[in-house]
Amino acid sequence: MLDSVLFYFFAGIAVICAAMMVTRRNPIHSAVFLITTLLATAGIFLQLRAEFLFGVQIILYVGGIMVLFIFVIMLVRLDAPLQELRFTFQRWVAAFVALALVLEVAVMFLLLRRLPGQGSLVLRAVPADRLPPNSEALAQSLFSSYLLPFEIASVLLLVAMVGAVVMAKKR
Amino acid sequence: MAAAAQGILTFLQTWWVELVCGIVIVAVVPLIAGYVVLVERKLMADMQARLGPMRVGPHGLLQPIADAFKLLIKEDIIPDDADKIIFWLAPIMSVSAAMVSMGALAFGPTFQVARDINVGILFVLGVSSLGLFGIVLGGWASNSHYSLLGALRSTAQLVSYETAAGLAIVSGLLLAGTLKIRAIVEAQQHFGVWFIFLAPVAFFIYLVASIAETNRAPFDLTEAESELVAGYMTEFSGFRWSLYFLAEYANMIVVGAVATTLFLGGWLRPFPNVRWMNWLDAVPALLVAAIGAYCVFRAGKQTVRIQSLFMWAVASSCFVVAALLAVPLVVAPLRFLMPGLHGAFWFLLKVGGYLYTFMWLRFTLPRYRFDQLMRLGWYFLIPLALVNVFSVGSAMMLELEFGWNRWVAVALTLIVTLGAALFLLATSDKRTAAANAASAASSDSYAG
Repeated sequence: MLDSVLFYFFAGIAVICAAMMVTRRNPIHSAVFLITTLLATAGIFLQLRAEFLFGVQIILYVGGIMVLFIFVIMLVRLDAPLQELRFTFQRWVAAFVALALVLEVAVMFLLLRRLPGQGSLVLRAVPADRLPPNSEALAQSLFSSYLLPFEIASVLLLVAMVGAVVMAKKR
Repeated sequence: MAAAAQGILTFLQTWWVELVCGIVIVAVVPLIAGYVVLVERKLMADMQARLGPMRVGPHGLLQPIADAFKLLIKEDIIPDDADKIIFWLAPIMSVSAAMVSMGALAFGPTFQVARDINVGILFVLGVSSLGLFGIVLGGWASNSHYSLLGALRSTAQLVSYETAAGLAIVSGLLLAGTLKIRAIVEAQQHFGVWFIFLAPVAFFIYLVASIAETNRAPFDLTEAESELVAGYMTEFSGFRWSLYFLAEYANMIVVGAVATTLFLGGWLRPFPNVRWMNWLDAVPALLVAAIGAYCVFRAGKQTVRIQSLFMWAVASSCFVVAALLAVPLVVAPLRFLMPGLHGAFWFLLKVGGYLYTFMWLRFTLPRYRFDQLMRLGWYFLIPLALVNVFSVGSAMMLELEFGWNRWVAVALTLIVTLGAALFLLATSDKRTAAANAASAASSDSYAG
């Protein structure tokens, strides 16, 4: 009961704020709504007892990436280019992407019967008190079964970082 | 309708302790913050050989109340060209982030607001970092150059120093082996030593980084009054301004509590496992009683009758607290109260010591320049924190896998870390000289 109330609360906030984020003209307002969306998503993670994902979502996305977004928005004056922008071409692209997404979801629902998982997209919930502590579980799977992909991903990020430094150094 | 009422009732039955604790935090933290401000002003006065606030109440003891009242009845000005909604929202974001993050702190073995969440320390770090948005958005929404510069500086500063603080915390977490707040303190009890002695460099890095994160002097560039009027707070007045102030002091308490939990042994008394040090259990009661006795002594010296009466009231409340702390020692059946009461005392004492260090540094060191601040963060603290994570990890490895003596392993890795620190200092000196020469040549500096 409480779980579903929390889920619909956070999900509602996330959806409404995502819509608001797209429709705002002021980039800072968009950023504030994006922050709210990310926080609500973190709330959904917490409601699903994925507390490590909740912490990482807040620290990385909200506390790290969004801060840089806002920093860049404030540093670069967007007023002038925004006046010149006319969202005509993008509108068609967006409509196409949205249509494709709707089609994908529709096909997914049509094929639902053939998927594993008892004909339901949602896995059955495990009672919260029987879940293993998931930061340990996450670390276990990251550092044992998925060690190679994990290391490759970190090397990729390192390459991106070195690349950024090289680009910044070349004036 | 009845089902909804039933649902709310069961909700209250399950969570009433947490709700009450939350209300207590919201009610008490502003009071504590006010008195931290008073202590700070008194300390500053002492270090500058003057008296500080003396008028309201004996020795200015009622000054915070008067200040709060003044701030509440001041006019609340919103500039015409400000972004009104965000201007209205920003201080609230700062305060609520600081207060929510307090929810996961453990003030004693049994006293914790939220239940012991599995990622306690991540929760505190993440939520308290949200307070930055209050500063940034407030500075932007004011639509003033000083505010915007202050906000930009604070973003750059926080992003840089959060990395160093995070890495310092990682080396503490390596030792504890858990993210749960209570389990971290229990691990220190199990080790029989506070983590500050096993990872002193990590504590030092966290101390510096947490001063920068709370925007305190010598890193208070975001509100540097000689350059930016008041930084991001320039356009704020009255109650909204006091919310920012409250957020700053609440954040200080949060970083103090994190440092206490992770490095200073949380609610444990010094030498928690040593039997012949058990006389330390009497210290809390005796210390509070001594403060009460001093208040009695000062009460006799007050010239105005009402001031003397107030001093007597303070003294008697000190005696009541001392009696409360002494009861579990004397009365055997009430011994179960001891971990809670004494734990809270030791915890608050350690947080107080940490805050005292903050204030001491504030009155001692001059403000950094912005490029110096950035260089200290990126060229010194972050590399040192990385080396330190590595060396703490290898010390643990040497002890657990190869059976070395713990102190030999710690000393060896400490020497490595300090060597790295010296190397970094030497190279950063060279870099500073080069940067100064360059800036003297071109004579323009990037100030924000």
